[in-house]
Amino acid sequence: MSKWEVFYEQLITQRGYKNVLLGLRNTLIIAVCGLLIGIIIGTLIACVQVAGKRNKIAKGFSIAGTVYTAIFRGTPIIVQLLIFHYILFASINIDGLLEAIIVFGLNSGAYVAEIMRGGIESVDAGQLEAGRTLGLSYVTSMIKIVFPQALKNVIPTLGNELIALTKDTSVAGYVATMDLTRAFRLIASAKYEYIIPYVMLALVYFVIIIIMTVIIRLIERRLRKSEKR
Amino acid sequence: MKSDKETVKIPTHEKAEKLKHNKNEKFLKTEKTPAEPFDPNALIEVQHLTKKYGALTVFEDVSAKITTGEKIAIIGPSGSGKSTFLRCLNVLEDPTDGHVFFKGNNLCNLKVDINIQRRKMGMVFQQFNLFNNMNVLKNITLAPVHVGLQDLRKIKRKNFFIKLKNLFKKKAEKQPLITIEKSAKEIKAEAKANAMRLLERIGLSDKANVYPSTLSGGQRQRIAIVRALAMNPEVMLFDEPTSALDPEMVGEVLALIKELANEGMTMVIVTHEMGFAREVATRVMFMADGKIAEEGTPEQIFGNPQNDRLKDFLSKVL
Repeated sequence: MSKWEVFYEQLITQRGYKNVLLGLRNTLIIAVCGLLIGIIIGTLIACVQVAGKRNKIAKGFSIAGTVYTAIFRGTPIIVQLLIFHYILFASINIDGLLEAIIVFGLNSGAYVAEIMRGGIESVDAGQLEAGRTLGLSYVTSMIKIVFPQALKNVIPTLGNELIALTKDTSVAGYVATMDLTRAFRLIASAKYEYIIPYVMLALVYFVIIIIMTVIIRLIERRLRKSEKR
Repeated sequence: MKSDKETVKIPTHEKAEKLKHNKNEKFLKTEKTPAEPFDPNALIEVQHLTKKYGALTVFEDVSAKITTGEKIAIIGPSGSGKSTFLRCLNVLEDPTDGHVFFKGNNLCNLKVDINIQRRKMGMVFQQFNLFNNMNVLKNITLAPVHVGLQDLRKIKRKNFFIKLKNLFKKKAEKQPLITIEKSAKEIKAEAKANAMRLLERIGLSDKANVYPSTLSGGQRQRIAIVRALAMNPEVMLFDEPTSALDPEMVGEVLALIKELANEGMTMVIVTHEMGFAREVATRVMFMADGKIAEEGTPEQIFGNPQNDRLKDFLSKVL
């Protein structure tokens, strides 16, 4: 049997494609949901960090946010997965996919917090001042003037984060859940034929990332278009 | 560090008071010197204002009164604190010491709602600061619409509580509701009509739907001026309105400011345009070395300067 025949047999005859499709679905779900959770957590942390400079209550939350960011950026994602799987979630019976989504969301939140903070701080201070001199409150000026501009600055970096997150999900298979990498690993290890499954795996990731890049580009262009008329 | 030792010694309530002196906008109150009674004739009264950035003193113990209808030009060498002084007038910059009264309200007092006071103080910046994420029309209508709707909500909330209280009262004692003058729709329509009228006035009504990034500096600054005018301010503060403009665009902006001055708008202008200051101002303040070194009518300042610094300054710029 040639290498291709082995691969074909494992993928089609032995129903390996079922795992691959499930893995593809899970990979995309983990990446997208993880980023969404990350955006929610990250935005909250960024808000309290920016507000912490002028408000004592926010300052307390801001310190908590900094600690959170330090912890989740300071440890590898796979270690976090293992800790959550074998220690924190060990006693509760939780779905592997949900577990992965939570861990990747928490991890991504730390990165997104920094992205968002950078985005907010990149908006010219004069914009906020102009809002304040017109009699708008700090919060109103932030929501109506600063945040929309910050969001536009942040989209390319968020896209980057989505891509990085998608690739990071390749380690999710180590704990209880099926993902693309695990599906192909099963195919490869069934007959110890590695070349074709792993090259195929790389290709699948590559195509996903290219599609994501195109979509992000489109969103970016649409946001920019509104400004130049 | 020395300052740390000092804070340790003082009792807690004083420490809390001291914490309020940082530059955070929220803790404006500077209670070092109590405020003197304000002069009811003055629109803006500045009492012993001091601004320090750490060890650097920008200006110290500056007092001034501005009455309605006055046009005040503040001139002086760069770094003399002109812009900071102007920004202290609407507490955009938190003064280290001293008080600023606007229509009898102490703006340095935290209990005074600064956002309500600022509605009546228009400000124009050197860098225009038009909102980049909104088109020209939205730039102008944002504040009037928001403030209008905010007030509407407040009235509705009050009315709700009045109704609630009225439930437990006899018919004769019932409190009347506050009448709502304008609906949300009317507020929006009115703000839009007003914005269009203002744009018409500066000849830019065809630019209502474009974004600021496509406009020239002169156009942006004129729009920034009408944006401030849309709130019907009682005083306009200009922070070097023409310094960031190409020379050919300075004229159109100055013409608009002059027009406003002729209509009787009270204004404070920080400027390097001496010719303009001489023509428009009713009073000129010369700031140097952290104080108002000389002030008087334009004739006095430009025709017969007394202060050596002023003479030196004028010989360089004129």
